[in-house]
Amino acid sequence: MSALRQIAFYGKGGIGKSTTSQNTLAALAEMGHRILIVGCDPKADSTRLILHAKAQDTILSLAAAAGSVEDLEIEDVMKVGYQDIRCVESGGPEPGVGCAGRGVITSINFLEENGAYEDIDYVSYDVLGDVVCGGFAMPIRENKAQEIYIVMSGEMMAMYAANNISKGILKYAMSGGVRLGGLICNERQTDKELELAENLAKKLGTQLIYFVPRDNIVQHAELRRMTVLEYAPESDQANHYRELARRIHNNAGNGVIPTPITMDELEDMLMEHGVIKTIDESQVGKSAAQLELA
Amino acid sequence: MSMSETQNVAEIKARNKELINEVLQVYPEKTAKRRAKHLNVHEAGKSDCGVKSNLKSIPGVMTIRGCAYAGSKGVVWGPIKDMIHISHGPVGCGQYSWAARRNYYIGTTGIDTFVTMQFTSDFQEKDIVFGGDKKLAKIIDEIQDLFPLNNGISIQSECPIGLIGDDIEAVSKVKSKEYEGKTIVPVRCEGFRGVSQSLGHHIANDAIRDWVFDKAQGKDAPAGFEATPYDVAIIGDYNIGGDAWSSRILLEEMGLRVIAQWSGDGTLAELEATPKAKLNVLHCYRSMNYISRHMEEKYGIPWCEYNFFGPSKIAESLRKIASYFDDKIKEGAERVIAKYQALVDDVIAKYRPRLEGKTVMLFVGGLRPRHVIGAYEDLGMEVVGTGYEFGHNDDYQRTAQHYVKDGTLIYDDVTGYEFEKFVEKVQPDLVGSGIKEKYVFQKMGVPFRQMHSWDYSGPYHGYDGFAIFARDMDMAINAPVWKMAETPWKAKPKPHLMAAE
Repeated sequence: MSALRQIAFYGKGGIGKSTTSQNTLAALAEMGHRILIVGCDPKADSTRLILHAKAQDTILSLAAAAGSVEDLEIEDVMKVGYQDIRCVESGGPEPGVGCAGRGVITSINFLEENGAYEDIDYVSYDVLGDVVCGGFAMPIRENKAQEIYIVMSGEMMAMYAANNISKGILKYAMSGGVRLGGLICNERQTDKELELAENLAKKLGTQLIYFVPRDNIVQHAELRRMTVLEYAPESDQANHYRELARRIHNNAGNGVIPTPITMDELEDMLMEHGVIKTIDESQVGKSAAQLELA
Repeated sequence: MSMSETQNVAEIKARNKELINEVLQVYPEKTAKRRAKHLNVHEAGKSDCGVKSNLKSIPGVMTIRGCAYAGSKGVVWGPIKDMIHISHGPVGCGQYSWAARRNYYIGTTGIDTFVTMQFTSDFQEKDIVFGGDKKLAKIIDEIQDLFPLNNGISIQSECPIGLIGDDIEAVSKVKSKEYEGKTIVPVRCEGFRGVSQSLGHHIANDAIRDWVFDKAQGKDAPAGFEATPYDVAIIGDYNIGGDAWSSRILLEEMGLRVIAQWSGDGTLAELEATPKAKLNVLHCYRSMNYISRHMEEKYGIPWCEYNFFGPSKIAESLRKIASYFDDKIKEGAERVIAKYQALVDDVIAKYRPRLEGKTVMLFVGGLRPRHVIGAYEDLGMEVVGTGYEFGHNDDYQRTAQHYVKDGTLIYDDVTGYEFEKFVEKVQPDLVGSGIKEKYVFQKMGVPFRQMHSWDYSGPYHGYDGFAIFARDMDMAINAPVWKMAETPWKAKPKPHLMAAE
């Protein structure tokens, strides 16, 4: 057995992290790897395609019901799904109350202390949106994920989030071993998407590890709470995820310390590719109607 | 041992300046630069003491300061006896502030008064993650069940409340409505706010303004309240050892009616009645000037600072307070001063000969570093060094303009090292500070009195208090025990044995 590999998927909310990660991990499992998924999103939807469940009982909700996290056993929180992939969800409070970040810390500590990482080849963390506070940086801190994969697209805000996440990685790369594994572009069919993604990867000092094309089959699988690998194992899309999985597996030890860029540089990059035109300062803050009059 | 007997002011100033330079030597350059601004020698005629104050303490030094929660829960709200004060957050803050500052109150604890009891939401990990609002609502319900005679509830926020964004205001409003308009006060006194407990006082004052006064707006004064032309409220007396009681009797004897005590032995009804006062008399300026200014602006109530430590300041204060009223009260003030003259003469005749010329160094909170100076001087003693734990510049202005002598050593937010070094070099006959300092100085062989808790004695306010103050200072300084300890700098060299060659 090779040493435990810990990876994490980050990215802007709604970009398709959970879908991409679950399909990729299903492909890794197909290759014979033993996998644990740790969902770090209060929505608790990081494992639904593997478990065919709406949402699994989370560590934090079970802990709250039992009294404290010390009252739980690992069997209470861990479910086994497609290809024997083990699944846990950290969970967290409903929006607007409490501290979800602290919840992530509590959950990961619980998993480590209770031996959840034994007899496993891969641990994958699926982390919500942006790195909003210290709690959500937990998976990239020392002795957690070695490589971070950022799921992004050609949309400006997705690239902005990718850059921000790189800043978080940079901070912890100095004190620990975390590295940026690469960008995964989840196609949104925006203008010059591949070009932009490759260019951003270059600017961040990393690589575009895979460009996942858009295919409705992903939706069809999702509606059945399945990965494409299980729903349509012979499909092209399943093969794309297999290729992504293969590249991630071969990417061990190739992570880099990212070189995040400034907001201005990001805008310049978009202009370079003609996605946005040169910013005419006189037009900033004007509505279409106002510009019409002028 | 007194320096004043053998040195003139110029020499003292020079020595104190040298002493400041000496203590600054041990610090790294940046720290020395910052601390230098907090240490000075008072120059007569200056409008303040020449030190910076109310700034962040430096990491790595021992500071005596508390936090905003301490200022709100421990000082302002805690003594309000018929309310229940919830320490909202993890258990530690509540545990360590259990029973509040030492203050006396009348009532049946656990039935209609609750000062020495401790209520906490005892946050667990799940409360941090999922928020504590539901737990808070439940605690309020339980309090209503178990302690139905409580007249109000305050929620004293510990640090995590501000971090996780709990909406304690919403819970307070909902529960207040549910319990027929009960006074429930959310206080945002998270400990990480501000540089000391001082901000906690301010936040607590604002909470009274927003959740007690504004709530009572449009309603009549508390049931049964009938105003008189002689109504005053005592503001900023926490009844340490009964201080507010020995103050109150003097005001009453001169013909005034005390309608509220803020907050020692105080009640919610007293807070609510205070906007009906004709004058607010303010003892602890630092912790309650905010609400006094507010009442002046909003209700047109004048306020007057006073000092009930020692007969000179008491007489001055009684006359000052009386000046806001008619001749009946002015005569009353004179009558009170005359009445207690015999007591004052007796106390001074007994203790002054034993204390004359003794020197004192003080380090207390926000008022006493200046307010007690007059009482020492009435006993022939001299304060040679003083400083505030959490005073602001307006405190140092008052100190400079009305209290300290030329050449007094001034140390703001003194560090453990500085204080020890100053005392070692100045060799005062008495140090007056808190429990954390007490044993350090007693082990150095220096007599010590706690000036926060009165060393479990008191009261020290008023004429009755002065008699106790004088006795306690004599007891500390002239205790025979000090003669039994060998002071290292006076120790005779022992015979030194040498082996024959």
